Amino acid sequence: MNCGWVSRMLKLIRAIIARDLRLAMRRRTDIVSALFFFIIVVSLFPLGVGPEPELLRKLAPGVLWVAALLATMLSLPRLFADDHRDGTLEQLALAPQPLGLIVLGKVLAHWLVSGLPLALLAPVLGLQFDLASDALWVLTLSLLIGTPALSGIGAIGAALTLGVRGGGVLLSLLVLPLYIPVLIFGAGAVDATVTGLGAQAHMSLLGALALAGVFFAPWPTAAALRIALE
Amino acid sequence: MFWNSFSEFLAMGNHGVYVWGSFGVMAITMILEPVLLIQGHKGLIARLKREFRAEKSDRSVERTTPFAGQDRQ
Amino acid sequence: MSNKLINWFKFASPQAFYPLAGRMIPWFWALAALFGIAGLYIGFLVAPTDAQQGEGYRIIFLHVPASWMSMFIYLVLAFWAGLGLAFNFRLSGMMATALAPTGALFAFLSLWTGALWGKPMWGTWWVWDARLTSELILLFLYVGFIALQSAIDDPRRADKAGAVLALVGVVNVPIIYFSVKWWNTLHQGSSVSLTKSPSMATTMLWGMLLCALACWMYAIAVALMRVRTIILERERHTDWVRDELTSKE
Repeated sequence: MNCGWVSRMLKLIRAIIARDLRLAMRRRTDIVSALFFFIIVVSLFPLGVGPEPELLRKLAPGVLWVAALLATMLSLPRLFADDHRDGTLEQLALAPQPLGLIVLGKVLAHWLVSGLPLALLAPVLGLQFDLASDALWVLTLSLLIGTPALSGIGAIGAALTLGVRGGGVLLSLLVLPLYIPVLIFGAGAVDATVTGLGAQAHMSLLGALALAGVFFAPWPTAAALRIALE
Repeated sequence: MFWNSFSEFLAMGNHGVYVWGSFGVMAITMILEPVLLIQGHKGLIARLKREFRAEKSDRSVERTTPFAGQDRQ
Repeated sequence: MSNKLINWFKFASPQAFYPLAGRMIPWFWALAALFGIAGLYIGFLVAPTDAQQGEGYRIIFLHVPASWMSMFIYLVLAFWAGLGLAFNFRLSGMMATALAPTGALFAFLSLWTGALWGKPMWGTWWVWDARLTSELILLFLYVGFIALQSAIDDPRRADKAGAVLALVGVVNVPIIYFSVKWWNTLHQGSSVSLTKSPSMATTMLWGMLLCALACWMYAIAVALMRVRTIILERERHTDWVRDELTSKE
């Protein structure tokens, strides 16, 4: 019986992910715009601080990670807004399945269209900052591990600001302070590789944050969604 | 008492600017906050009283002239 | 026992709490003034000069209470928020809303006095010390809470949304503090260290405790004043507010 429940819930999560991906594919420009925002922000930094490779290598982890946080923010307001507008969200909230699991599916789908492309693009941008190949690897890996936490924590903010005026700016005000640990360990992992300290500890902590973010954040998110739907 | 003179107290061993800068800002904000709250509270009470009085006089007008309430809507 | 419980629930209604808060406020002001005068007297007139820091250390009597209160108020705010979310007390949401601006004020004062303390002691207005950085982030959390609540028009939704945010924030505060500390130990290296606290004379400790008590009483008084305004504003369509305001003419 228990086994059946788990497999049913996994099927539910898979269905939600598939649905959200299908919807996202209809709006490919959104995904591409967020990616170009990431590219442009990162490319602006050398223009602002000068092209010395030494300086750029020092700045690269922080710049790439902060740009990734900001690029994630761009797609967050859409996470629940479309479903809210056409009434799907209300249906989902009334469904017998736990809303937290539905949110988990949406968070994973959000990561697939926002975090994953960022992580895959990052090494190319890292080349602009003269990062060595091991640092490029760690950068990609840290973004792969860390961005799910961004989607998870961001979902809480997206649910809290659902349908609220000035939602986009407010969302960043709420969520960016909560992103600080992810930023510290993510950028720290790359930095530790650059300085030759090894990224092991950073990576483990980042992984713990990501697990906590993805599996605990859907519950406050579900609570916030119910509050917004009242 | 620890200080020899008032000017010595003000000077705070050459750190007067910092000590009194902290003290001043803290004192000003901690006085300003309750003052603003009292003003806000009084303003709200005055506004509500005005509203209640207006409603009351509206109702007494309605009672004396039967159709007075309608043209306002 | 059950009688006591009923009494408490009675005061959990805004209608009963409004006059009670009004009666309590002068007492908390009196206590705040008493502790404040005593604390400042000890801190500024009695306590001896610090051997290392000279007279500049006296900022401690302002800085430490402000920092303590900023952290403590966030915990109390989250407590009220959680209570409101769990039991649907209207008053607890109002208390959380009333506490937030005062907490943010103390966080700002902590940063301000910290900067003015840092300049003569370490030669800079700001160091990216773990505690200073966490205090700054705490201010951000307060600002987020206030911004979220003021952006939502429906007060019930504002209360509940704020409560979820406050609880998420309170879970995150230790994680943030730990990560900032970790970051700090890697980057700060050999520059200033704030963790080494100077051995404190008993008079200094007393002055600090009295000042902290004064700030605590002040925070309660101000929060009660603000919650009274919030109660009137939200309950303005009820009969008791009408009676309360029109009967005194």
